[in-house]
Amino acid sequence: MMYDLIVVGGGPAGLAAALAANEKGLSKILIIERDSQLGGILNQCIHNGFGLHYFKEELTGPEYAGRFIEMLEGTGIEAMTDTMVLDVTQDKKVHCINPEKGYQVLEAKSIVLAMGCRERTRGAISIPGTRPAGVLTAGAAQRFVNIEGHMVGKKVVILGSGDIGLIMARRMTLEGAKVLACVEVMPYSGGLQRNIVQCLNDFDIPLFLSHTIIDIRGKERVEGVTIAEVGPDRRPIKGTEIDFDCDTVLLSVGLIPENELTRNAGIDIDPKTNGVVVWENMETSVPGIFASGNVVHVHDLVDYVTGESQKAGRAAAEYVKQGVRSREHAISVKEGKDVGFIVPLKIHREAMDAEIFFRVRRIFETSAITVKDGDKVLAHLKRAHMAPGEMERVRLSRALLDAIDGDEITVYAEEVEA
Amino acid sequence: MIDLICITCPRGCHLKVDEENGYEVTGNSCPRGKEYGYNEVTNPKRVVTSTVKTDSEDYPRCPVKTNGAIPKEKMFEAMALLEDVVLKTPVHHGDIIIKNLFDTGIDFVATKDVL
Repeated sequence: MMYDLIVVGGGPAGLAAALAANEKGLSKILIIERDSQLGGILNQCIHNGFGLHYFKEELTGPEYAGRFIEMLEGTGIEAMTDTMVLDVTQDKKVHCINPEKGYQVLEAKSIVLAMGCRERTRGAISIPGTRPAGVLTAGAAQRFVNIEGHMVGKKVVILGSGDIGLIMARRMTLEGAKVLACVEVMPYSGGLQRNIVQCLNDFDIPLFLSHTIIDIRGKERVEGVTIAEVGPDRRPIKGTEIDFDCDTVLLSVGLIPENELTRNAGIDIDPKTNGVVVWENMETSVPGIFASGNVVHVHDLVDYVTGESQKAGRAAAEYVKQGVRSREHAISVKEGKDVGFIVPLKIHREAMDAEIFFRVRRIFETSAITVKDGDKVLAHLKRAHMAPGEMERVRLSRALLDAIDGDEITVYAEEVEA
Repeated sequence: MIDLICITCPRGCHLKVDEENGYEVTGNSCPRGKEYGYNEVTNPKRVVTSTVKTDSEDYPRCPVKTNGAIPKEKMFEAMALLEDVVLKTPVHHGDIIIKNLFDTGIDFVATKDVL
């Protein structure tokens, strides 16, 4: 059996890609998911705030996923759950394994990689101290509490102020735990402002900016932590130590795209971001293999994952029906000063439009984003505020793409007069 | 003047609410921000999300939410009401779990199908 499209991952990215490809005329589509249900990480994100852009209403994670799972009905899209993909090859064979059918090799005309990301762990940031039970990532705690129904601790210190950490600060508090502190090494929070307000401030949980954990104590179970202020070099400052008695440490210290399959397949990965290198239509370095969602770059909002993944699904349909887009005279996208994390890095000359996503490297007040082709300004957009925690977006229309003479454009961020 | 950050959507607008001038809201980008600013100063409310027990072996918890915002000071009281609930499957999203919380007209509803 030859599939038109195999989607690896049944989270929001995979669901949106499969549905968009189906709308564009592909019929034999398979979604492979390693969990026992579709929906991905949204199933454990029981809080609200999803879908304001895409559905124009505020949904919880399970509701957002549920809408897409319901849309599968009647489309003929197959979903294989409890199935682990072990290998993806450049000739579009997908090796997978599950308890019912054992080891299978499936073939497809196109593939969308939608594996998402996973959390950085204690090992990734090398926190000193003993190795007791009670140190876990915020996402793992979220799964224990929200899906399996186990409380993970009573007195909690959270390291990192990313959104998952903030959400778990509120969740643990509502479930009866005492959250003593949220500790952030940077001078600003990595999470959304609204989450600082409704997850920390609402419950009088102190946020220690420019602080980090310098020691974890305890033999069997965590007994306490020491935090300290850090200087601009992010090294602890002697004399600023504060001790907390706690039984649990939750880590919310960043996400890493889950790209083992991509790497094994020999598909290009950006060494700076660890995300898949993609073209404007979400095609990878291998024609016919696409990638979307957090496997490419970590998004702030699931709504944007949906939009990007629909693009990948439509591009897969175009590839199957019309063949590959020419890669000649491609336009490269480069980062200017203080700009990082650009997606896409390449644009097909024949593209109808291109959306460029990026993050700035520091906080900007009154500022502007400028896209230049050599000295020629293609786009100039004012911003009241930009921060590394918030993804920026610039859309280049067909007319603007036509105006590009060179084979390289650069995205700049800079302060401007108000 | 009270400074607030709007929590209605992820945009996080910086609001100013003038308590001496009829709670006039500025800094908002949409009408919902205006409403949030007014309510936050006069009668703060929150949507509460949590989970309840189910009789399913595979899915022992079902996520729930209040289908509107309830007074902020009632959050823990609302959580306590969920403690003794055990849902009989099948549950469908939208099913009412606890009706009319604190006479607000707002219910706890399921947010996922547990079949």
